[in-house]
Amino acid sequence: MQEKLIQIEQEPPRGDWRDPHVEFHKGAMCYSAAAKNLTYLGLPNPRTWQPTDSNWKLPPDWKKIILAGMKERLKKYRSFRLFMDICVRCGACADKCQFYLGSADPKNMPVARAELMRSIYRRYFTLTGRIFGSLAGGRELTEDVIKEWYSYYYQCTECRRCSVYCPYGIDTAEITMMGRELLTLIGCNINWVMEPVANCYRTGNHLGIQPHGFKDSIDFAANEASEITGLKIEAPINRKGAEVLFVMPSADYFATPHYYTLLGYLMLFHQIGLDYTVSAYASEGGNFGFFASHELMKRLNAKIYDEAKRLGVKWILGGECGHMWRVLHQYMDTMNGPADFLEVPVSPFTGTVFENARSTKMVHICEFTADLIHHGKLKLDPSRNDHWRVTYHDSCNPARGMGLLEEPRYILHQVSRRFHEMPENTIREQTFCCGSGAGLGTDENLEVRLRGGFPRANAVRYVKQKHGVNLLTCICAIDKATLPTLLEYWVPGVEVGGVHELVGNALVMTGEKERTTDLRGEPLASAALPASGEMEAVHA
Amino acid sequence: MSALYSLLAVLALVAAGLEGGRTGAGRDALTLIVPYAAFTIFLAGFCVRVLRWAWAPVPFHIPTTCGQQKSLPWIRQAKVDNPSSKWGVLARMAAEILLFRSLFRNNRARMAEKRLILGESKFLWLGALAFHWALLLILLRHLRLFIQPVPAWVNGLERLDGFLQIGAPQLYISDVILLAALAYLLYRRFRDPAVRYISLFTDYFALFLLLAIAVSGVLMRYFVRVDVLSVKQFALSLAAFRPVDLRALSPLFLAHLLLVCTLAAYLPFSKLMHMGGIFLSPTRNLANDSRRKRHINPWNYPVKKHTYAEWEEEFHDKLVAAGIPLEDEDAGKAHTD
Ligand code: SF4
Ligand code: SF4
Repeated sequence: MQEKLIQIEQEPPRGDWRDPHVEFHKGAMCYSAAAKNLTYLGLPNPRTWQPTDSNWKLPPDWKKIILAGMKERLKKYRSFRLFMDICVRCGACADKCQFYLGSADPKNMPVARAELMRSIYRRYFTLTGRIFGSLAGGRELTEDVIKEWYSYYYQCTECRRCSVYCPYGIDTAEITMMGRELLTLIGCNINWVMEPVANCYRTGNHLGIQPHGFKDSIDFAANEASEITGLKIEAPINRKGAEVLFVMPSADYFATPHYYTLLGYLMLFHQIGLDYTVSAYASEGGNFGFFASHELMKRLNAKIYDEAKRLGVKWILGGECGHMWRVLHQYMDTMNGPADFLEVPVSPFTGTVFENARSTKMVHICEFTADLIHHGKLKLDPSRNDHWRVTYHDSCNPARGMGLLEEPRYILHQVSRRFHEMPENTIREQTFCCGSGAGLGTDENLEVRLRGGFPRANAVRYVKQKHGVNLLTCICAIDKATLPTLLEYWVPGVEVGGVHELVGNALVMTGEKERTTDLRGEPLASAALPASGEMEAVHA
Repeated sequence: MSALYSLLAVLALVAAGLEGGRTGAGRDALTLIVPYAAFTIFLAGFCVRVLRWAWAPVPFHIPTTCGQQKSLPWIRQAKVDNPSSKWGVLARMAAEILLFRSLFRNNRARMAEKRLILGESKFLWLGALAFHWALLLILLRHLRLFIQPVPAWVNGLERLDGFLQIGAPQLYISDVILLAALAYLLYRRFRDPAVRYISLFTDYFALFLLLAIAVSGVLMRYFVRVDVLSVKQFALSLAAFRPVDLRALSPLFLAHLLLVCTLAAYLPFSKLMHMGGIFLSPTRNLANDSRRKRHINPWNYPVKKHTYAEWEEEFHDKLVAAGIPLEDEDAGKAHTD
């Protein structure tokens, strides 16, 4: 497969983009959402179908629904109306999308992806389009257009990379979001989004883990952390009156390598003595609702504030996850706030008031930990991470929807001694997506993922060859779930880990037993190498 | 195909301008009706478009952050690329509008030996910036035709623009830059396969139209003499809403006028509205402070939720078996603690 895929070339695009014909083939598409998930959520048009079917069983008045849906959204979102109107098709965004770079499919250029929608907008909602039709850049809304939307709005990870380069800030992710909302209106969803949404709505997390299963996983992790350190580490669940509610993506307690990050959190909280609880009801920080519609995003997100209120905590701390933080940072307070029942977050250990979270009352774990380290509250032994040569992948959402760039880097510099950045135009706000975000990270879609992830992998390969990097750290649950596959394919020999996994390794805990392995059970380099004098923790 | 059609459309306009002045009725139309009609359409259309954007609410706070956020006091914030204050936003918008900040980031991706190489690419930025500034300068220079006496700063601009002191009439650098930039933008649209792929009629039409305006203007200034005095007289009369028809206006001038009017009237219906839209772009004109201050969505509505009570009821037995505290029990326990 590698031979076939590796022939990634930017061939000059041929044909007319206004021809909506698309072919779906296995390996490069997402399966349709199962009827039971749509039914559970009360969403329209649940049925059995697949994108490869010629008849998609759309509701009879689908065209009316779509046009009415567009009209409504043009009224409700300035972003939508504006982005429909002002693109000059300069093409600056074209080669910024990893899906275009990896597939050479011209409709994966952000501008083309948006034109798939704009052409309909122009035809039905502008004067020139209604009069001049295709000469004014319009085209008819047909079933083929719906199929095309399904294909290309599910080949966009809503990563916003295009928006960084656009002279008007046109965010194709925003258009993809509208496209997906419209498709939701006629029941054209993908299962990899809708199953997690339905699960999360019911049980509290994407994986559908019920409370007892949740408790088992958390207890298991607490036990393992206890075994590694020889301390008695506990993780309280649904405990009322705790100071802090901690919310993490569910993958952290159910998947590897996320799990090592969870061990890291638990060890950190134990060491500093944080008065916290996790919740089995709000047991998901991530929000796949975000990948289907604003309404579903709100329905899932509401649990966090509701639970914080019920438990009577003072503020909320959030774990390592990308799109979770886009929602928490840019949507939560607006949708489900005001959180006036909470207090402005203050670190109980450093006294730092998190002014930047004054209204949402929710702090990112990297902000929290960086503050601890900066105030010398943690004893760290970075040599325990000497077996890793580390680089850092900025996850799209914390980078471009928040600007959380230096906090994780600061932590990494304190907990490891071998850190190497990838090339400048592939990190920070220019970071490349893992290619599997926004609900695309399913195995049936592997070809699209490997192609979309190629630019990221290409940069990892660069630092691997140049510096011998063998660990790609990140603060995103989807990254941790999908980058291992990507790297195994393009850059074998590079593992994926979380920032707090390395914190857990380096953290010198009071009364702990001597560590001979890291959180993964791998022998520490320092155990094999002669100990060096200057391995003492460095505090800023 | 769209390129050809748009070229033909512009050529037709040129022809109409050149020939239209031959008959009295055509002259009247070109000098009296068209300018006012175009101006009215421009004003009304522009306002309607901008107001439509402005009236649409911004339900969510969605700036694209292009640098370090403001978080902990000892971490250096990117105050312009990721602003957290009004001043920061102003600086960011100024950088976007005056310097095309985002376009400056542009790079070019290409594959070489199975590797993706990201190279520098500043030509688009340079071309676009040069074009827009030159256009602005030329527009301002045109004020001398509409205002009497000519304001000192307009004279100053002209001197600046002509500082090379080449030829008579003096060569304006802005003219050269405008033509060169337009030529580059057009060349790029044809040459870059990705850009050609997405280009529509309107993209070529706008370019050809601007090019035709520029060329006719340059011809009048440097090659085919026109009677500047009568042009000014005409312009002043237009501005005073007492238009006079002057026989002395040359066909070339009429063509120039018609093209400009077309541009003005076409602008509100086209992508050229980006000049107004950029000010309203929510990914650029909002401060990244959505956790510090609550952003209000005017149409926020209640949604169906799966409440804690429903959840507890559904999983009651499992919660009890797992020893997870329930709402009621827990209330009692908290009391005794
Ligand atoms: S960079 Fe912006 S204006 Fe240019 S083509 Fe892309 S979306 Fe359109
Ligand atoms: S948001 Fe990301 S994936 Fe989507 S079009 Fe833009 S660059 Fe491509």
